[in-house]
Amino acid sequence: MIIEQLKQSGLLGRSGSNFPVWKKWEAVKNISADKKFVICNASEGEPEVFKDAFILENYLPEVIDGVKIALQEIGASTAYIYLNKNFYLKYKNKLLQLIENSPIELFEKPSGYLAGEETAILSTIEGRRVEPRIKPPFPTEKGLWGKPTLINNVETFYWVNKIAKGEYSHNRFYCISGDTPNPGVYELPETFTIKQTLERTTNYQLPATNYFYQIGGGAVGEILLDTELSQPIKGLASIIIFNKEKENPIDLMKNWVQFLMLQNCDQCAPCREGLYRINEILQQIKEKPTEEQLKTLSDIFDVLEKSSLCPFGHTAYLPFKTAIEKLT
Amino acid sequence: MIQITINNKKIETEKDKTILEIARENNIYIPTLCFHSDLTAHASCRLCLVSIKGINNPQTACSTIVENGMEIETENPEIAKLRKTNLELLFAQHKEECSDCVLLYNCQFLKLAKELNANISRFSDRKKDFPAIEFGPSVVFDSSKCIDCRNCVEVCQNQAVGYLEVGGKDSFYQITPSPTKSCIYCGQCIAHCPVGAFEAKSEFEQIEEPLNNKNKILVFQFAPSIRSSIGEEFEMPHGTIVTEQLVGAIKQLGADYVFDVSVGADFTTFEEAKEIVEKFKSNKPSLLMSSCCPSWVRFVEKYYPEFIPNIATAKPPHIILGGLIKTYWASCEKISPKKIFVVSVMPCVAKKYEIVRKEMLFKYNGTSYAPVDYVLTTRELAYLLKKRGIDLAKAKPQKADNPFGDPSGSGVIYGASGGVMESAIRTALKILGAYSAPSAVKSIRGQEGIKVSQVEINGKILNVAAVNGTGNAKIILEQLRKNPGLYQCVEVMACPGGCIGGGGQPLPNDKTIRTKRAQALYDIDEQKKVRTAFDNPDLQKVYKEFLKNEKIIKQICHTKYSL
Repeated sequence: MIIEQLKQSGLLGRSGSNFPVWKKWEAVKNISADKKFVICNASEGEPEVFKDAFILENYLPEVIDGVKIALQEIGASTAYIYLNKNFYLKYKNKLLQLIENSPIELFEKPSGYLAGEETAILSTIEGRRVEPRIKPPFPTEKGLWGKPTLINNVETFYWVNKIAKGEYSHNRFYCISGDTPNPGVYELPETFTIKQTLERTTNYQLPATNYFYQIGGGAVGEILLDTELSQPIKGLASIIIFNKEKENPIDLMKNWVQFLMLQNCDQCAPCREGLYRINEILQQIKEKPTEEQLKTLSDIFDVLEKSSLCPFGHTAYLPFKTAIEKLT
Repeated sequence: MIQITINNKKIETEKDKTILEIARENNIYIPTLCFHSDLTAHASCRLCLVSIKGINNPQTACSTIVENGMEIETENPEIAKLRKTNLELLFAQHKEECSDCVLLYNCQFLKLAKELNANISRFSDRKKDFPAIEFGPSVVFDSSKCIDCRNCVEVCQNQAVGYLEVGGKDSFYQITPSPTKSCIYCGQCIAHCPVGAFEAKSEFEQIEEPLNNKNKILVFQFAPSIRSSIGEEFEMPHGTIVTEQLVGAIKQLGADYVFDVSVGADFTTFEEAKEIVEKFKSNKPSLLMSSCCPSWVRFVEKYYPEFIPNIATAKPPHIILGGLIKTYWASCEKISPKKIFVVSVMPCVAKKYEIVRKEMLFKYNGTSYAPVDYVLTTRELAYLLKKRGIDLAKAKPQKADNPFGDPSGSGVIYGASGGVMESAIRTALKILGAYSAPSAVKSIRGQEGIKVSQVEINGKILNVAAVNGTGNAKIILEQLRKNPGLYQCVEVMACPGGCIGGGGQPLPNDKTIRTKRAQALYDIDEQKKVRTAFDNPDLQKVYKEFLKNEKIIKQICHTKYSL
């Protein structure tokens, strides 16, 4: 029943994955196994993104209700709420009250950005090394301890609750931050373009050419110019606003790459060595990258995008590629 | 069965196989570097990329399981470019010291560079100042060559040792030795490293040292498993038997005498068999475990010390033979033991550690001697031969010298997992008058990690197990902890497949190669007239003339391990 509703709603995974939610649910439901698990990913760790924090603060009962619906629908034995340290400390007691006697357990995420990646979550809960796994097999098939596992994000479970109640408005939560007068989290239609979103929240500043925007998160988000804002956000609904006069794009990129180098798992060559070389080249760039530097960067972006082991690597090239194209 | 296509070629195949497996079965080439068939696919080098129709990004062939209808392409310009960049990035963390590398003649990394048209010096060496770390007297890890594939970590965990770890993150995780655990010197990290970051201690640098003892009588002895492996270093097919060429080549190198450690194995067998005979006579036989493998002995000492009293006291074959060379043979030849320099050619890096153990020393006429003065691994001997321009394939075949040149078949199969046990049982049965065929315990042969059998005489049964890999040994030891009567005799070799898969053996090695090396030893055994150690006339002669009383037997052939 709920799966049909999810299908009708067209709800997509709100972690930014954009994967049709009903497909995951159906996959886990249809597979036969002696045990199944549900994980609510409340590990929000992308820099400058705080929409899940907002949802947990304001709609905790709805989220837990969404998890309970999943438990029932797919016949899972246990659900885990996988919380980053702050969330764990802040909501532990409240959550335990809401959970009551349901088979839902709280799990405190270890520090580190990558510990929020879905296959890394599996390794973490199993007590293994915190690092992503090779997919396939997908968690829906072989997840926690090899059992079918449904992993959805906090916001996704929130909307599941709304859909079950027939209250789905096709909205989503937008997180707006950076150099802007009204940062915050806003619930607005998912079809809104970036420009509409900024205008509605009085964050659209003029002259627009003075600004550039990072969409999809403060570490791996893509850079857009003011001319590119008439499109809706497909991935993670995060908008970070930068003032061109105040920001040096090379410095900005150095910060990103150093964050990523520190947070990645170092398993695959393109991500481990590629990020290191991006950093190396950024350190060498005087004002503008040379032709040779651009060629090398382009080769590295290519292997990151197309040949990394996990989604982290697949998107890690994006801020650099778009920043270099548009800002240097 | 399912159907897929690779490069438009239709292939029928079973489910649950990877693209790489199927490609290899069908002679379709896909470049690989970090993949090793002994290990799980880490998919970290990202070189075995292939395109699959309907999937956006290329996938790694080593880790992707085929699905019905998959259309796979192994070569196209996009894949070629990605492979090339990834290889260049890998080279950027690997300090090239090709002239001083275990993979000098067989470097897959360098071959790939050529094949993928990679510029290996596109980037500066990130690890150029990384240290070389020594693991005791046996293994060196040159971290400036490491490409972080973590094969060594997995193989070390499979060995139930876990000495190699992924160390804490600075801006990179690094392979580091554990501060709390002990290396057992098996050298499986060497055998599973794709880029030569591990090597035996002093590999290359000091291998000529034994030849510099001009004023000494230089005696070489070679281990059972060498004869079917060293040929690989000279382009011969896997499992080629080169016993007599090997003797000729070593003589050409300047050795005065060359003996066969398989004869030493006959002595070890005989001493162990006597203990097994006691078990058949006892009503409550205790547990006896083999002692030939120094990594296994060290594994017990470090991780299961309560089993130390169960380790056989018989010394390893080359130690016994070294002792006999410096005593019995020396007196026959009227040479002072001090003038003899014994070099063991071993499939093993742990033997470098074994020869400096005080437990191996023996006393003779009031003086203490080390039975063996130097160990060269198979690889090191091959390198030494090449360095001196000696081609094993062209070396003049010669028989090993008397009186330690003609082993029984039992002595030869010592190089394969199960061989020590089979040899000991053959001789034990012989002593008890119950020997009928050499293949009494054939079921303990082969590459399986744990092989068990029962030996029955007059209604009395001994449960025996032959184990290879210390990870499998751990399983057996845990069983024995719970149920001490489960086995009476256990043979353990630390390396996969036994010494034929040793850490000092030619690279690469995998299950197929190990199977061929082992089979060659069993083929030699089949051809031998004398198949039991007990029947070796040279051995009988030594016992008659020299090993006449318990005291001298104890000095030369036995030792004792303690906490």
